[in-house]
Amino acid sequence: MTTETAPSGITATGEKVKVQELSVWGALQANMRDYGLMLALILIMLFFQYFTNGVLFKPVNLTNIILQNSYIIVMALGMLLVIVAGHIDLSVGSVSGFVGALAAMLMVGWRFPPELAFLANPFVAGAICIVVGAVIGAAQGYLIAYHKIPSFIVTLAGMLIFKGLSLAILAGKSVGPFPAEFQLLSAGFIPDLIGPTTLVAASEGVQPLVLHTTSLVIAIIGVVAMIGFAIHGRSRRKARGYESEPFGLFVAKNLVIAAIVLFFGYMLASYRGLPNVLVVMALLIALFVFITKRMTFGRRIYALGGNLKAAALSGIKTERLTFYVFAIMGALAALAGMIYAARLNSATPKAGQGLELDVIASVFIGGASALGGVGAVAGAVIGAFIMGVMNNGMSIMGVNIDWQQMIKGIVLLAAVFFDLYNKNKA
Amino acid sequence: MSETILEMRGITKTFPGVKALQDVNLDVREAEIHAIVGENGAGKSTLMKVLSGVYPAGSYDGQIVYKGQEQHFKSIRDSEHVGIVIIHQELALVPLLSIAENIFLGNEQAKAGIVDWDETRDGARKLLSMVGLKEDPDTLVTNIGVGKQQLVEIAKALSKEVKLLILDEPTASLSEKDSAALLDLLVEFRRQGITSILISHKLNEISKVADRITVIRDGRTIETMNKEQISEDRIITSMVGRSLDDRYPGRTPQIGEVVFEVKNWSVYHPQHRDRQVIKNIDINIRKGEVVGIAGLMGSGRTEFAMSLFGKSYGQKISGEVFLHGKKVDTSSVGKAVSHGIAYATEDRKTYGLNLIDHIKHNTTLANLAGVSKFGVIDDMAEMDVANDYRKRTNIRSSSVYQVTGNLSGGNQQKVVLSKWLFANPEVLILDEPTRGIDVGAKYEIYTIINQLAAQGKAILVISSEMPELLGITDRLYVMNEGRMVGEMPTAEASQEKIMRAIVRAEGKAS
Ligand SMILES: Nc1ncnc2c1ncn2[C@@H]1O[C@H](COP(=O)(O)OP(=O)(O)OP(=O)(O)O)[C@@H](O)[C@H]1O
Ligand SMILES: [Mg+2]
Repeated sequence: MTTETAPSGITATGEKVKVQELSVWGALQANMRDYGLMLALILIMLFFQYFTNGVLFKPVNLTNIILQNSYIIVMALGMLLVIVAGHIDLSVGSVSGFVGALAAMLMVGWRFPPELAFLANPFVAGAICIVVGAVIGAAQGYLIAYHKIPSFIVTLAGMLIFKGLSLAILAGKSVGPFPAEFQLLSAGFIPDLIGPTTLVAASEGVQPLVLHTTSLVIAIIGVVAMIGFAIHGRSRRKARGYESEPFGLFVAKNLVIAAIVLFFGYMLASYRGLPNVLVVMALLIALFVFITKRMTFGRRIYALGGNLKAAALSGIKTERLTFYVFAIMGALAALAGMIYAARLNSATPKAGQGLELDVIASVFIGGASALGGVGAVAGAVIGAFIMGVMNNGMSIMGVNIDWQQMIKGIVLLAAVFFDLYNKNKA
Repeated sequence: MSETILEMRGITKTFPGVKALQDVNLDVREAEIHAIVGENGAGKSTLMKVLSGVYPAGSYDGQIVYKGQEQHFKSIRDSEHVGIVIIHQELALVPLLSIAENIFLGNEQAKAGIVDWDETRDGARKLLSMVGLKEDPDTLVTNIGVGKQQLVEIAKALSKEVKLLILDEPTASLSEKDSAALLDLLVEFRRQGITSILISHKLNEISKVADRITVIRDGRTIETMNKEQISEDRIITSMVGRSLDDRYPGRTPQIGEVVFEVKNWSVYHPQHRDRQVIKNIDINIRKGEVVGIAGLMGSGRTEFAMSLFGKSYGQKISGEVFLHGKKVDTSSVGKAVSHGIAYATEDRKTYGLNLIDHIKHNTTLANLAGVSKFGVIDDMAEMDVANDYRKRTNIRSSSVYQVTGNLSGGNQQKVVLSKWLFANPEVLILDEPTRGIDVGAKYEIYTIINQLAAQGKAILVISSEMPELLGITDRLYVMNEGRMVGEMPTAEASQEKIMRAIVRAEGKAS
């Protein structure tokens, strides 16, 4: 028999309120998934940079990657909320196609009587489209939230319905081109308020290098703001004794991110500047990070997806919340539909089809759980870029579409497998 | 003295950030009932998961010697293969399958993949009679109470030719009668040569049936007591490292006017429209008063409380709720909470916690307004709150960032409690607040209840442990089959009196 006198009282409790600073290795391990995902994206980019003989990182191609993926990313933001809430939305591709068609009909397809002509104004039409998208999302959300019809079924039906509706309102034809203002959404770049600066003038045998200074300045402002926020947050946590990230890691992480952003900012500035749609996207990403990380609305969505019953018994209006989530998804699908249409400069009956798969895949590659309650905006965005860079790189390399599909499928599986493996090991 | 059947030597198991077990030793003799006791989070469940292969060999350090041979279980199947069967703290039955199907789940009575239903039923019937359960094997598990479900689990264990049966808090949610039946069964098993390891926080049960007791504290073995050394006080001292003179903290009640009143409350079953579950109940609670509801399992206490709390149970609910004499609408949880009514559930996994999220987020979930402005959460304030409540309710975890699903059962219960304490309600309904909680922590929870009462809150405690109700309440209601059948000041109450009220009501009903 062992009789041992252990320290008296009930120990191992919350006596030490202060959070201990982790070792660099510990902090890396704790955030393994986030760093891993970022690293995967960088590796994939380097891989294609090499195998496309340097085409991938050409300013024109980087600009293309952003334009090609903007609508996926916009929808991935909404899809993240939907999936975290424990649902799925299969209709987003069709809804975006439908809204694109609606935009085309409003602006160029339908002949309005003079008193209604204002409807064809690109800004009015754009606003109408967003509202229509939100209403579509809300309608589906209503059935899901209040009538408890599984989201899989409601949105599967929605997918078919809006696929049909796009065909119907376009009468099976492509409609375009759009007014110039509308095209700016996808084809426009931040105008040069200052600059441009000519670094290397065009001369015999030398490529001219003109820098769109305004864009670069915006990128620099963005980076400075980001670092400012990071330092402010850290000092606040430090003051209360809640900081756990080692200082070295904090500096390294921010420097790396800043360097990457500046690098891409510079690349874009040396082509035509920041695309308008990138600015829209960046603002939306910032907004959604804020919603998910800092707002009660976001917190409640995680609780809802994590344990619906416990959330309801904590006073969360689970039905209304679900309803809002789908309405937001609808509005974002509408925006994506317009970006897509503006990019093609016409609405086609096939527009948007199958996009939902890329969107959903992005969110899962980004680490969201199919059971709900887990997922991050940053992950979804990186996930979307991973998909986007692969699409782009493989196209440049001339990989056949059949192979492309298979490879993307394998990457999705691998990402989710890696996640589960990590979780089980812990 | 009989031989040693199992020896665990120097078991050490770490989770990221937590050393759950450190050099733990356990030896169990053939055909004994060996109890393991310890505070919440001491490592009891973890030790049993190591033993049964839930945590496979290699994920821990130390040796397991079973029947003289060192074992390296890679999975539960391996340990079952040699006759070690574990029944977990949370039951693992499939609700929509029949009793017979559950008993033979994963071990189907089948030839060439085709289930032999006659064999299955006969086998199940035989096993059910061994555990003394008189139920049709075709009954769905969801239609029988937890006590019976527990027996089905044991029948399932018997079907695997169990030699060493591990029960992790089997009686936590059983009525006294069911608990007694289960313990009798263990005694009967002992006679037949089956060894049992029993984990429980109910020290009276343990002192009654255990042959030896091993105490674990902070992930270490403290001692193993023999039959003649066993006494409740001795166990407590060993468990918490100091003696506990009183089980219930004293207080001088200061009771004011009626704060909360329910009149003529009736509720019907959520699926069966005609079955009235709650029948015309009237209750009231005064300022600073702790009121208890006594009753047997299934008397409708939880259903009553949940229907009050935002109609979270049942349908066709009628009746009135008054707060300070004014009628209030509690028809949604949000409304109930905004009137200052809170309900801390007995079922932490299903209704209490977001198990995939950490302590901090769970603590503030019912009162996000308390840590936010204009819908924006102040993360520093939230951190303060979470740390504060973690300390007050003595939650044992690596930090407030520990995922609640990884906490020990008792510590999960404390998180549920923290959540509702932070919501700062005026009327607090606590449903089995100390289920699965160790003696030391119980004392702390009673202290918190007393503090709340001293602040003038109205508190309603539902508990199946009568000594607890008698120890902490000012007034008692007795509930039976959906009716209030008795009311008495606690000072005049006793277990006999409560039972008499129940029996009298049953006599009237039949
Ligand atoms: N998967 C896990 N990850 C991290 N920590 C864990 C995990 N499982 C258990 N722990 C920790 O290990 C310790 C021991 O937990 P365990 O469940 O064994 O306690 P217990 O003695 O059974 O307590 P209770 O009486 O409350 O059931 C606790 O501090 C718990 O938080
Ligand atoms: Mg346990």
